[in-house]
Parts: sequence; C-alpha cells; structure tokens
Amino acid sequence: MTRSLLIVACCAILGLGACTDRFGGPGSGAGGAGAAGSASDPSSPAYFQQSVGDRVLFAVDESSLNAAARATLTEQARWLQANRAFTAVIEGHADEQGTREYNLALGARRASSVQEFLVSQGVAASRLRTVTYGKERPIEVCSTEGCYAQNRRAVTVLATGGAGA
Amino acid sequence: MTRLPVAALAAVLALALSALIPAATAQAQSGPLRIEITEGVIEPLPIAIAPFLTEGSAASALAQDITAVIRADLEGSGLFRAIPERAFISPITSFDSPVQYADWKAINAQGLVTGSVGVSGDRITVSFRLFDIFAEAPLGDGLQFSGTGATWRRLAHKVADQVYARITGEGGYFDSRVVFVAETGPKDARDKRLAVMDYDGANLSYLTDPGTLVLAPRISADGGQVLYTSYASGFPRIMLLDTASLRTRTLENLPDSMTFSPRFSPDGRTVLFSSSRGGNTDLYSMAIDGGAPARLTEAPSIETAPSHAPDGRQIVFESDRSGSPQLYVMPASGGEARRISFGPGRYGTPVWSPRGDLIAFTKQNQGRFHIGVMRPDGSGERLLTASFLDESPTWSPNGRVVMFTRETAGAGGAPGLWSVDITGRNLKRVPTPGPASDPAWSPLLD
Repeated sequence: MTRSLLIVACCAILGLGACTDRFGGPGSGAGGAGAAGSASDPSSPAYFQQSVGDRVLFAVDESSLNAAARATLTEQARWLQANRAFTAVIEGHADEQGTREYNLALGARRASSVQEFLVSQGVAASRLRTVTYGKERPIEVCSTEGCYAQNRRAVTVLATGGAGA
Repeated sequence: MTRLPVAALAAVLALALSALIPAATAQAQSGPLRIEITEGVIEPLPIAIAPFLTEGSAASALAQDITAVIRADLEGSGLFRAIPERAFISPITSFDSPVQYADWKAINAQGLVTGSVGVSGDRITVSFRLFDIFAEAPLGDGLQFSGTGATWRRLAHKVADQVYARITGEGGYFDSRVVFVAETGPKDARDKRLAVMDYDGANLSYLTDPGTLVLAPRISADGGQVLYTSYASGFPRIMLLDTASLRTRTLENLPDSMTFSPRFSPDGRTVLFSSSRGGNTDLYSMAIDGGAPARLTEAPSIETAPSHAPDGRQIVFESDRSGSPQLYVMPASGGEARRISFGPGRYGTPVWSPRGDLIAFTKQNQGRFHIGVMRPDGSGERLLTASFLDESPTWSPNGRVVMFTRETAGAGGAPGLWSVDITGRNLKRVPTPGPASDPAWSPLLD
C-alpha cells in the first residue's frame, strides 16, 4: 500500500508521462491487496477495484462480452471519465485448458474486447493499453470449471501517466 | 528376433521404424518379419557394451563414465538392451585383440561395442568398434572422436549416435541440446527462466534470470541462438538470445503490437512469429538480421504457432478461422492455406518433423490432451499420449522421438518434460532439476 502510494507520488512529482507502474503489479489481477487509496473514496483505485469492479469474465473460448460484463464495463468507463488522471492496462487471461500460444492470442482478444467497449463508452483509446497473459497468471489454481471460470477474465489495471509505451 | 546377423536386425529395426509410416509399411509387407512388426512388439536388441578400456590408469573413472553414458543413450532409445557385464564370458582386455564371436553368441549378444579412452593433457580421445556377432564381422569401421575434458559426455553421445545409426540405418539423436523453461514457485505466481541442457538432462545452465516471464523458446540449428517470448517490457515480445554471451535483443518494433511464438526457419535466417494487434493475431516473417516484417496472414481469426517444413517452402500453423483451432498448411511466403486436421477436437502447436514426413501436434478432445502425429497432408493421424495436459511437442534430430510438456492437474500441479517415440512407445520422463515446460530440441551438434 505504502509503496504504491509512493509510486503515485513519484509519478506526480516527476510528471513522468510514460510511468507504467501499476497498482496491482504486472499480471496480478488479484483482488484486494495492491489498490491504492481508501475504498470509501470514490476516486481511489481501491474503490474502482472493489466497488466498480475491475474484471469481467468470459465463457470458454469466448471473447464476447455478456450482459454482466457490459454492465461492469459501463461503470468502469464512467469511472475512468470521472478520473482522467488514470490510464489503464487491460490484462487478458485464459484458463489452463488450451495450448500456451493459442491462449496468448485468446487473452489478447479478450483484452481487446474490453478496450473496444470502453472506447465505445467514451474513454480515449490513448488512455488504454492491452496485454495478454494467456494462461500464465491464473488467479485460481484448482483444475475444475469453478476455477477456470474465474481465470477466463480481463482485468482493468489502473495506472497513472501514459498507458505504456 | 534371435540369431539374426546385425545386418538383418538392422533391417528389422528399419522395418519397425518404417512401420510407423503406413505407406512404408505397405511397401515392406513382403518382408518375412512383417508379423512381428504389425503386432507392435519390438523386443529391444540385446547388445554387449564392453567397458571401455583405458590407456593409463588416470582415465579409468572417465572410461567407466563414458561407457555408462553410451549404455544409457542406447537403452534409453528403447531399441537396445545392454547385456549385463557379469554375463560376459570373455572380457575385452585389449582394444585390438580379435573378438571371440562364440563367447558373445553364447550370451545372445547381437552386437558388440568395444572402445578405449585416451587422455593427453586436457585432450580426450574415444575410440570404438562395433561388431555384428552372428555375421562375425565388424559393422563399419572403427572411429575415434576427440575433444577437451569438458566435452566427454558429447564424445560418448557421438559413439552412441554411431552405434544407433549403423544398426538402425537412421541418424542418431544423442549429441543434442534442449532449451526449455525452468519453473519455480506456486501456480498463480510461477517464476520462469530459460535453461539449456543436453538431451538427457546433463550440463544444465540457465540463460535468463528469474523475475521476468519467458515462454516457448526455440533453439537454432547450431545451438548458438535462442528465440523466445519475454515480458521484460511488461508486454510479450519476441527476443533473440546468444547462448555464449547471454546477450539479448528485440527483433521487431511493430507498433501497438504484442509478439510471440517465434520460430527459426530451417536455414536460421528468417524468423516466423505471431503478432497481436487490436485483438487480432496474425503470422509474420522477418529476416533475423532485421528489416521490415512481412505479414503472411490477414484474417480476423487467430493465426499462431507456425512451423516451417524442413525444405523451408511451406508453413504449418494453427488457426481458429473455422471456429475452433485447427492445423493449416500454406506456402512460406503466405497465400492460400489448406486445412489438414479434421478429427474431433481442437488441434494446436504443429511442428514439422526434421525428416519432413510427419507433423507433431497437440490435440485437445473431451477434456484430455494428446500429443499426436499426422502426415503433412493430414492423413494417418495417430495419438501418442493422453493426459490431463500434454502440449508443446518438439522433434528429436532424427524425427523418431517427440519431447513435450506434461502438466499435472490441481493447485499443486506442475509441468515436466517427457519423451515418447513415434510409435507411442518408450514414454518416459526427461530429468530436470524442477518443474519444466516448453522444450525445444536442437539438431545434432557438429
């Protein structure tokens, strides 16, 4: 927590346009730890993560957004429009039921679906960047559908400064 | 299979190997040993490997080690069984003395390997001879290999490759290297490093530091360069690493793209890879020395996991343009692609055999994963393995063995390297110090 805040301060003071430090760390997508600020402050990354919802889930082999995902992303877009100091890296993930390289491509597709939706809701494309982790960073580690469903996700990870080079 | 001259046994083994390809099997049907082959029973060939002699006592431990590596190579292939030394009637006491064929016949040795090890300063010389016991004649000329002390395992592998090649009529695969991803840490925070080792797990060294996610390496024909995908920039990007200096460089600078699945062309001068932009993944190629990448596919579907035919003229790859991942073949310069996989399930990670005759792949069907092979036209599909998760096949230098990743299920699940021959026999674990994935097998070293 402290470290993340220091990163924010550092970025703000130095005005680093390309600062890519992210609150959750690369490939985290892990809820809870790592988001800065108080969850009761609606402009905080913690609020974004916990109250807006930083992730959407996908069906097997799918990158299309269901109604729940679109609702979450509509809220994400609203928050991003209200908090323009933030940029975001959208991480696309897959479950382990697929080959490594196909899952990289699938994760890229999922991240892009989210990016396109956020842009359609008015978020500037320049504030968003996508990254795929394929099946490399599962959040749940069991090998049943209950875990796979949580791992087929796209996570919007906030950053300050540019969305990355 | 008893009491056959080695030449005839070579024919048996050649038939057994050619039986893997149905067309060749049909061709061989007039052979008298056909029945054993179709029944799929290949008894390992009993051979005697005499302890290599030493010139001077200083080398005796080394000679034992070299003999042990040769034995492990030949037995590990599944094609040979080394007769225990205690069964030998007439020990070999001199490399040049005549072979007592009757004594080796009596213990049913079909072949005999003899050898000697000489040490001069840091120079090791390994000499060997191979005898066909029932023909009572040498099989090929005696040969010697020499190198520095550090290369003793390679010298042993070269002897084993010669024995394998002379008896099977196929090239060997023992003097080769494997680059792979060494893994540590829990499943949701795995740390991955590139590592390289001999094909049998010896002489392991790490090529990258922990802390940076790296995936799916490929090794160049001379073993000197490794292509892989790195998250060093925070985003997946293909990199080239020099195995001697460990220096790395990025190859392309496509805007707004993530790049992965890099592969060397057979001549080592071109790199095939995938690039994702705007959620769409297509195939590209570029000169390894630089220059603008050329786009090979332009479809809204996923195109990835390319592999050149050994003649460099065609590419097999994976695409979900039909709605599920399947295998396609197209000219190396791009153009119209022909689907070659039509069975049930999903197909991925195609890899063209260095012999050109087969394509190895990963197949996912009904909740199981398989490593399989098919001909380049898609016919003759055969599955070699089945497990919770098998993937990423790579070919032995002679195209007779496939190494792959097998991962176990659950929270404590971890990957390891396994190998299997193209008949589906001789499935076994490849030793690694810890969890390991994404093997890439080099050609035979020079």
